Amino acid sequence: MPSRAPALAALAFLLLALAAGFLPVLRMGLAQGLQGLDPYILRVLRFTLLQAGLSTLLSLALGLPLARALARQRQFPGRGLVLRLLNLPLALPAIVVIIGIIEVYGAKGWLGGVFDIYGLQGILLAHVFFNVPLAARLILADLERIPPESFKLGAQLGFTPRDYWRHVEWPQLKGGLPGVALLIFLLCASSFAIVLTLGGGPRATTLEVAIFQSLRADFDPQRASLLALVQLALCAGLALLAQAFGGLAQGWPTLRLGAKRYDGTSTASRAADGAVILLSLLLLLPPLAALVTAGLLRIDASAILLRATLTSLALGSASAALALLIVWPLAVLSVRNATWRRIAALAVLTSWIVPPAALATGWFFSLIAQAGFWGLAAFLVIAMNALMSLPFVARVLIPALAQSAAAHDRLCLSLGLRGWNRFHRVELPVTKRAIGLALVMALILSLGDLTAIALFGTQDFVTLPALIYRQMGSYRFDAAIGTALVLGLIVLAFSALAERWGRDT
Amino acid sequence: MIRLDHVAFRYEEMAMDFAATFPAGSFTAVIGPSGSGKSTLLNLIAGFETPEKGRVLIGEKDVTALAPDQRPVSMMFQDNNVFAHLDLWQNVALGIAPSLRLDAEQRKRVDAALSEVGLAALVRRRPGEVSGGERQRVAVARALVRDRPVLLLDEPFAALGPALRRDMLDLVKAMQQAKSLTILMVTHQPEDAEYAATHTAYLEAGRIVALRPTRELFAAEDLPGLSAYLGDWRRSPP
Repeated sequence: MPSRAPALAALAFLLLALAAGFLPVLRMGLAQGLQGLDPYILRVLRFTLLQAGLSTLLSLALGLPLARALARQRQFPGRGLVLRLLNLPLALPAIVVIIGIIEVYGAKGWLGGVFDIYGLQGILLAHVFFNVPLAARLILADLERIPPESFKLGAQLGFTPRDYWRHVEWPQLKGGLPGVALLIFLLCASSFAIVLTLGGGPRATTLEVAIFQSLRADFDPQRASLLALVQLALCAGLALLAQAFGGLAQGWPTLRLGAKRYDGTSTASRAADGAVILLSLLLLLPPLAALVTAGLLRIDASAILLRATLTSLALGSASAALALLIVWPLAVLSVRNATWRRIAALAVLTSWIVPPAALATGWFFSLIAQAGFWGLAAFLVIAMNALMSLPFVARVLIPALAQSAAAHDRLCLSLGLRGWNRFHRVELPVTKRAIGLALVMALILSLGDLTAIALFGTQDFVTLPALIYRQMGSYRFDAAIGTALVLGLIVLAFSALAERWGRDT
Repeated sequence: MIRLDHVAFRYEEMAMDFAATFPAGSFTAVIGPSGSGKSTLLNLIAGFETPEKGRVLIGEKDVTALAPDQRPVSMMFQDNNVFAHLDLWQNVALGIAPSLRLDAEQRKRVDAALSEVGLAALVRRRPGEVSGGERQRVAVARALVRDRPVLLLDEPFAALGPALRRDMLDLVKAMQQAKSLTILMVTHQPEDAEYAATHTAYLEAGRIVALRPTRELFAAEDLPGLSAYLGDWRRSPP
């Protein structure tokens, strides 16, 4: 059994971070009691639930048929490109896509004036843009786990598309679908950048954004802590619900080779599947195309752009390294011991559901507002992003380490290979792809972060997403498009790397 | 009768070309090293793969262009012969109607098939609640109700112990005699071929190198690849 000390240190760090975040919120929030829940907070809560619920419904309504169409039609020109396109929103920062959406649907956009994108419609559109691909990828991954024999059996027994749905596809999907729905609901209920930029006003704001406004604009710590408490309760409730339904769907599905299928060859099936795929392309392509065409001419190679780029990369690398340092010792123990497996799962689940703004509220009180530690801002951003990327890092590392443990543990024990020698000779060579993939995924996640930097950033401490937001706010939308394109390209370069490593792990 | 008229198929780097005639009512074991194309051969006959060239004939009929359910074929796989969310009875009933709407006569046929394979007491169980051998019996019962003249077995008993495997082979043999089926069975166990198959086909690198009466094939001295594949099995049978 490997040493426990690093794992205990990682756990202590996590507990400390959570305590520093939640204790002040609990203390201040509970002190106000139920009277604190004024109509404003209730309205924000209602809107949070409404937009998340509608976003989830819409995303599944298109994501499910899209997944089925892609599962059924295994050979059409451009299928690989469509799958890649579905991966894009998983990697692209929200703020980048928002710029593209404004460029298409905004008042001065390609389709200017079709509808008002500020308010509920715009929030729904952006959420659907992100979550239709996510739903489709998760559901497609589930469909591709169906054993090939089931399709052979169906073909032999003369199944109609309805029979396939009833006996093959639906039984496979129904277990995971609540998890997918809850994941999307959770993502939409705590989405920050989209609501901050497209919502706004007391009419269309969510808990997450309202926390930010009370902390940084109104400086109303009482209200911030109460909002954080409500957000915390909401997320904890969703997590409990998810546990009852067999867990949240895990993000970032990997490509795998599905079984050959014998259905979906009739003209009617082809036409229906084609229509669904086309509709999804109409949703996904225009904002991306707008971003590229409008952004290329507007990249403003200024000193601030360069500084923001470097800041983003430095913060992202640091938080990726921190996430790896936390997950590795836990993962090493969790693949060998049932208790540690539960501990690691709990730690990962916590970081999944912890609402970043609620956590930040506590950190803000305990470290910045009271002690005036503005110098800690960079570290807080790093810590917050590391925490947010724990689930992704764990999801890559734990299976890789489990595989290595199963393959090498007995041999290493019999050879007396342990500690650094084992890490250096066995684990590192066999898991280096997985480590690289985990680091890049964590890096991508922090490159796109707007929540932490909005809460802790200052005039001189700016990352690319913060710069985009600032340029949008100061009526320099042209510059914002250029910056968004730069950020988008950096993220895509890293995600191409991740995809390459992901194929081999 | 199954006739393969130079059926060509390519999988990744391997080009396969199958030519053979399996007489009606014969029980042929298909043996050969891994990757020699045994499963592909069955998939081509069942219609799960489409040949690049050549024809597949069953009886006198050219079935090359027919969909799997249009062919007079039932196939059993090594795993996943049943749907986990349906009970054993429903799994067999699928062989008659995928909609699971059966009339009284059809229901009797399902009951009879389940009794014949010895599952009458377990009809309401789900596949997860019965043993691996019992799950494969469900597939046999389904082949019974489907009543197609050709039965293809892709190592369906490979995961079972020797005694169970023998029982299943007896079951299939009895079925063959009652319905005069033409059977092809992929196997890695030469003793299974010896026990059940009148003929054995030996495959190598995508070709049927030899198709002879089973005893003759195992005694053959002119097939160096076969001797290497069997190793010393012939000299010291288990």
